[in-house]
Amino acid sequence: MQHLLSTADLTRDDALLILDTAAELAQISDRPMKKLPTLRGRTVVNLFYEDSTRTRISFEAAAKRLSADVINFSAKGSSVSKGESLKDTALTLQAMGADAVVIRHAASGAPHRLAHSGWIESTVINAGDGTHEHPTQALLDAYTLRKHLRDGDGDLAGARITIVGDVLHSRVARSNVLLLNTLGAHVTLCAPPTLLPVGVEEWPCAVSYALDQAIADADAVMMLRVQLERMNASFFPSAHEYSRRYGLDAQRMSTLPTHTIVMHPGPMNRGMEIAADVADSKRSVIVEQVSNGVSVRMAVMYLLLGGAESGIGGN
Amino acid sequence: MKTVLRNVAPYGEQAVDVVLDGDRIAALVPVGTGVGDLVHQFSGEVLLPGLVDLHTHLREPGREDAETILTGTRAAALGGYTAVHAMANTDPVADTAGVVEQVLRLGHAAGYVDVRPVGAVTVGLKGERLAELGAMADSAAQVRVFSDDGKCVSDPLLMRRALEYVKAFDGVVAQHAQEPRLTEGAQMNEGVVSARLGLAGWPAVAEEAIIARDVLLAEHVGSRLHLCHLSTEGSVDIIRWAKSRGINVTAEVTPHHLLLTDELAATYDPVYKVNPPLRTAADVEAVRAGLADGTIDIVATDHAPHPTEDKDCEWAAAAMGMLGLETALSVVIETMIDSGRLTWRQVAERMSTNPARIGRVTDHGNPLAAGEYANLCVVDPGAAWLVDPAALASRSRNTPYAARTMRGRVVATFLRGTATVLNGALAL
Repeated sequence: MQHLLSTADLTRDDALLILDTAAELAQISDRPMKKLPTLRGRTVVNLFYEDSTRTRISFEAAAKRLSADVINFSAKGSSVSKGESLKDTALTLQAMGADAVVIRHAASGAPHRLAHSGWIESTVINAGDGTHEHPTQALLDAYTLRKHLRDGDGDLAGARITIVGDVLHSRVARSNVLLLNTLGAHVTLCAPPTLLPVGVEEWPCAVSYALDQAIADADAVMMLRVQLERMNASFFPSAHEYSRRYGLDAQRMSTLPTHTIVMHPGPMNRGMEIAADVADSKRSVIVEQVSNGVSVRMAVMYLLLGGAESGIGGN
Repeated sequence: MKTVLRNVAPYGEQAVDVVLDGDRIAALVPVGTGVGDLVHQFSGEVLLPGLVDLHTHLREPGREDAETILTGTRAAALGGYTAVHAMANTDPVADTAGVVEQVLRLGHAAGYVDVRPVGAVTVGLKGERLAELGAMADSAAQVRVFSDDGKCVSDPLLMRRALEYVKAFDGVVAQHAQEPRLTEGAQMNEGVVSARLGLAGWPAVAEEAIIARDVLLAEHVGSRLHLCHLSTEGSVDIIRWAKSRGINVTAEVTPHHLLLTDELAATYDPVYKVNPPLRTAADVEAVRAGLADGTIDIVATDHAPHPTEDKDCEWAAAAMGMLGLETALSVVIETMIDSGRLTWRQVAERMSTNPARIGRVTDHGNPLAAGEYANLCVVDPGAAWLVDPAALASRSRNTPYAARTMRGRVVATFLRGTATVLNGALAL
């Protein structure tokens, strides 16, 4: 495999290799000297067309810990604001010798276009495209789930994961449903019907409109960010009603099984989809997700850029 | 001057010699017996009346970087067409007598096909007030088809008025059925594939709701209504119901909606981005069935050229539309003739006779008989050809059939007795 565009492209073995590699690389982060020489002399470009400080920093930290040269290319203050096309930007990066392009773009499929249009030869890593996918987020979520529910080993067979919120517009939800299913977990999506895509019935997961039922026997509850603009487009009547029906507050959290963890890909709307005392509770692994993100992104770059003999997706 | 088309098979039936006298058909006589000053030798290929397209974007004036009337009509002739209706969404919009007469004049000057300008229904396609429909009808262009195509006449009162008003000059409103609120930001057919790809959905109901409304309006005011590019099973059902009630409605389907499905969006290649969007296999089957049983009256290309940079980008940034003139007949052969769903006579009805009747184009779409204008095309239905975008006559390259092998080649086209295409190449 040359690119990471969608978690649909990952077999169970691919995914486990990434998670296992991430676990090994995580140990580097605990050392005083946090660097490996693996990607010395390689250039990784962070091509970010959307503001996303946390994801960009995570990729940047991951690449630097592998000793890659990192170039940050953000849409603001670059030629993009002058209307340069994705193709011309790609040709420029190609000419500069980028070995990998980490792309965040508002248009679904932009990473796919970058990888498959013959504009560029480098490895393309999808760091979130529109309302399509965010594969490294799903991988870091799987890593976090495995650590808490399976002692950091094997797959997620039989684990019950409930994902709550704006599934329609969520690249995190799409990537997670596919990956968690590949790893054997049972996924339930819970949202108001307006925030579920037409066609969701074909996804490998269950769907619920009732939060209390959907989380009753969950091993993990993943809350998705709900943008307030959605209210103006009549996806739900008010922030208060959304919060009452689909928000995770302390009372709801108290009904969860004792081992259940609470996740959120960030950034959170405290008081909207998640109450502050839930976000800060002992069940919350939200901060840990962030640190796991660096390890997982290190693993992805390590494997895709030829750090390992086997790599992923051998065929 | 007399010209003989030796050994051609009208509607794919008994081969004959067709003798042309000037701009008209003089006689159909047994093979080998036709006598003339000029003889074109064929080998039993199918002879059809010249095709008539009710839905062509020629882009001129305004977007000559995408297509001109010259390049677009060359593409039309190569596709077997002898008349095309040039859609109104140019820049400036064809919403005045001046613009439609300019388009008419450029069509005459090119000389490949008869260009029939379509007039905009509303000023600037803005959907706010009626354009001067009567002035366009009375102009030298004699406009009979009015459309805001590319945009829907979504205001129900304005649509009612347009339907009523054009009755005075036997016009027809060709509706682009797309409920605007239901399709804000829409990128592709809403369904299983859009859910997977994360592309904003374009629901079938956005088309069907407008069609249902408009057939009822047409019934209420007793007007003629034409519906552009049907793409969904529900649309076919509504038209079938409307016709059974005697409502004066006609409908078209594009070649691409007869052949392609929304699964192609999974490539994220915007060459497959089109309005209305490619739909599901069930919809494709429904429009084929509708075209076969006559619910859908015509095939219209919706030939929509776009310059390379408007397609060589991410999906959401790309323009909507596909080329169609040079591949339409091959798609109909593949989907309708090869499957036995239509005979060549029925293809002639749906690609020539019926569109000419809807557009009130009297010189085209007539029987292959002595005395009629010699607007003709000769097709070798078995000839395979590889679609090479760079080899198309259109100025643009946005064909969804690139590198696809298709069957059916237009070997000759005649416009009022003059060959525009011979041996599969332009003759003018």
